[in-house]
This record gives sequence, structure tokens and C-alpha cells, in this order.
Amino acid sequence: MQFFGGSEISPSPPVPTAAGNNAHMLYVFNRNGVCLLYREWNRPLKTLSPQQDHKLMFGLLFSLKSLTAKMDPTSADKGNLGVPQLPGQGCSFHSFRTNTYKLSFMESPSGIKIILVTHPRTGDLRESLKYIYNLYVEYVVKNPLYSPGNPIRGSFRCFISSCTLIHWC
Amino acid sequence: MAAIYSLYIINKSGGLIFYKDYGSAGRMDTNDSLRLASLWHSMHAISQQLSPVPSCSGIELLQADTFDLHCFQSLTGTKFFVVCEPGTLHTEALLKHVYELYTDFVLKNPFYEMEMPIRCELFDISLALAVQKDRVALLGR
Repeated sequence: MQFFGGSEISPSPPVPTAAGNNAHMLYVFNRNGVCLLYREWNRPLKTLSPQQDHKLMFGLLFSLKSLTAKMDPTSADKGNLGVPQLPGQGCSFHSFRTNTYKLSFMESPSGIKIILVTHPRTGDLRESLKYIYNLYVEYVVKNPLYSPGNPIRGSFRCFISSCTLIHWC
Repeated sequence: MAAIYSLYIINKSGGLIFYKDYGSAGRMDTNDSLRLASLWHSMHAISQQLSPVPSCSGIELLQADTFDLHCFQSLTGTKFFVVCEPGTLHTEALLKHVYELYTDFVLKNPFYEMEMPIRCELFDISLALAVQKDRVALLGR
């Protein structure tokens, strides 16, 4: 996946689509599976407790990445199924769609995973996910009081309030 | 160059009953295809649990860097999925057509045992014809 394509450090926000309020949930995970941030705007159905939900989501993404790396039809030499893949190694998926939601996924080279669950008719959200990653870098990583691996608490209001603007996508 | 790379059919318990490769560099041996099919069956089920809205029927389209995966689940739980080039059109129609061929040549075959691997010659022949015919349509030429 082309990650370092652009030349700007902080790209401008992507153009909003016609209908706003399409996003259901946002997750940010680090490489060890710790959920750094979870935001929900519209989630009528909650089947599991938050901890189980985060673990299930992380597990689903881990397994789907393993599946896409193995199923890649363009490369002949693939590792064994179930071997953890490094970020950027092997083919990775960027979104999947069901009849009720669309999940867009992006993994940074450092293993930070950003997931956005939206309405199924949403278009390609890779630019929006890159924008969220840049917000994370600017507001969270560059903050000297933040220790990596900890959930992003309310003191990082700037990041969280910027993320709430994402619900227009 | 084929627009479709491979086709899988999974029974309702998640076991692979049919796998056909149409010329991809990533052709897999039997064990790997069995494992992948079971993995897909589980992922399909988990994706239903993570839905924010009730009555989700599972993953219909998975988009990766080098391929797309389209899945169709019949009402009985049998899943048909194809691995194809990104941006391939009309795969839903193809999957429904494969489902029709499955009902005609496999289920109506009196010697076919349910949930077992498919070994029906007529199904293979008609499937090859269907994919060949659609290859022109799918490539948009």
C-alpha cells in the first residue's frame, strides 16, 4: 500500500460527501492490540461488552490480513497461514462491505490500525483514514506527556474533537 | 488474462466442497485452500456480530490491494466466493448463475451426498462455459 506518497505533512481534510452523518464507529489500535481510541456516533445494536468488542475487532482484522496475504493471486511465494505479518508485508485489504455497514481499514508502517465503520454506500475512505492518522501524529504522538501504548484519554481533547468532525464522511 | 482468479464453494459448516483456480500465480494446494475456506467462513460469521445495525448478513465484498473477493451466501448457508481483479463488474450476477448451476447439476444429482466435495462432471463443464462466457463481459470488451 502506498503510504508515503504525498508531499505534505498535514494534508487538508478530504472533501465531504453529499450526505453527512454516515459514520457509525471509529477504532484506533496499536500493534499490540490495545485499543487506543474508540468513538461511536450511531450504534443501535451492541451485542458485546466494550472489551470483548475491541478484542473481536482486532482479531477479525488480524485474521483477515492473514487471509488476504495468503490468498493473494499475484504472488507465488507466500508464508504460512497464521504467521503474523509485518505491516506492509504481503497483500493487505483496505475495506470490506456487508449489507448493513462498510468497514475501512488502514495500517500505518508502525502498526497503528485505524478502522472506520460507516454506511455501506460510502466510497473509498483511504484519504480520510490518512487524515485521521496525521491528526493522531500531530496531536497525540508529538505530545510529550503521552506514553505510547496507553489509551488516548480525555486530556487529548484536540484529537478527539477533531475526530468528531469526521462524522460528516 | 482472466478477470476471475479462483472460485470457492463452502458448505454450511464451513468445509470447502469446490475449488477451481483460473490461472493465478498464487495457486494453492489442497490443504491451504481448505484452511482458507474455513477461515473465511469464521470471518464471515464474526463480521455479522460486529455490525452496528441489526440483521447483517455477512461480508459481501472484500477489497484488497491486488484483488477483490465477492461472496454470495444462499439462504441455506452455502457460500460461493470468487477472487477476482480489483474493479471487476457483474460478479454478483456470475455468483448467482453459479448458484443456479450448483442447484441444477449438483443438488439434483441423485449420487451427490450433501455437504461432500463436488465431483460432478456436468457441473465442471457448465461452470467452465459460464466463466468463459462471462470472461468477455467481465473484461468489458
